Amino acid sequence: MQLIVGVDGSDYGLRALGESIERAQQLGGDVTVALYSDGQTALDEIESLVSEELSAYDIDVDVIWLEEEPGSQLIELAEREGYDQIVLPGGQRSPLGKINLSNTIEFVLLNAQTTVTLVR
Amino acid sequence: MTLRYPDEPLDDLPAPPVTFTDGDGRSIEIKQATDECIEPLVEMYLKFDSQDRAQGIPPSGEEPIRKWLNIVTEDKSLNVIAWDGDEAVGHAMLVADDDGSYELAIFVIQSHQNAGIGTELLRTALGEGQSQGINRVWLSVERWNKPAIAVYEKIGFERMDDTSFERQMTVRLGAE
Repeated sequence: MQLIVGVDGSDYGLRALGESIERAQQLGGDVTVALYSDGQTALDEIESLVSEELSAYDIDVDVIWLEEEPGSQLIELAEREGYDQIVLPGGQRSPLGKINLSNTIEFVLLNAQTTVTLVR
Repeated sequence: MTLRYPDEPLDDLPAPPVTFTDGDGRSIEIKQATDECIEPLVEMYLKFDSQDRAQGIPPSGEEPIRKWLNIVTEDKSLNVIAWDGDEAVGHAMLVADDDGSYELAIFVIQSHQNAGIGTELLRTALGEGQSQGINRVWLSVERWNKPAIAVYEKIGFERMDDTSFERQMTVRLGAE
């Protein structure tokens, strides 16, 4: 099981990371972490959140940065490297609690040829 | 979030309390919410049909509903309720974002839909917002939700962004 997990600066991003690692550990498989910015959090900030989260697990993962057009980069990578699944954070909450899906999530949902999981 | 807003503020908005007869002949009273309104709102949302949920709200289950109501009734927000007797049947909320603008949402319970309550409740909530000095209001709506978009447009909201699943719409209540 080869998972690639997109992590943005949202709470759901870290949830997506945690769940992907647990799944990979159960099923045996590799996780690649792809960091991308949601426009609000800088990539290096996201990377330090991710490092902190990763320290709780005994696992080696590759971490890559997607600086531009993260949606299409994720899909290209998944196809080129033969990932089984793309895992993404399940949206952002608006001030009054509505879930909004980013352009990145929408792009991946519509264009991916693999299974896509949104984590809440 | 950077959104564009119409140049001209809305006018002729009512302010609560408003009493009117809905399309089904019921007498509906629209009032600003007080702390005592939480229980009737919980009752209303417990009865809410899941098909009318929008982008994850209202949540289902009593505890998630109470947690969510806590968020939308915090100090800086504005809540207006439509009452049929002592039953809350509609709820409009304006919740402050980080930007000095306000996000709007409205829910009307299934038994009281298609009777004009939503339009009146929205206009009254915007009227109260205007009298409290709120200038900019935005909302997001699923872009396939044509009936809701039609109501928002009738009131004066303008479409500002169609690049995602949700359509962003904005209205101006006051000049800056």
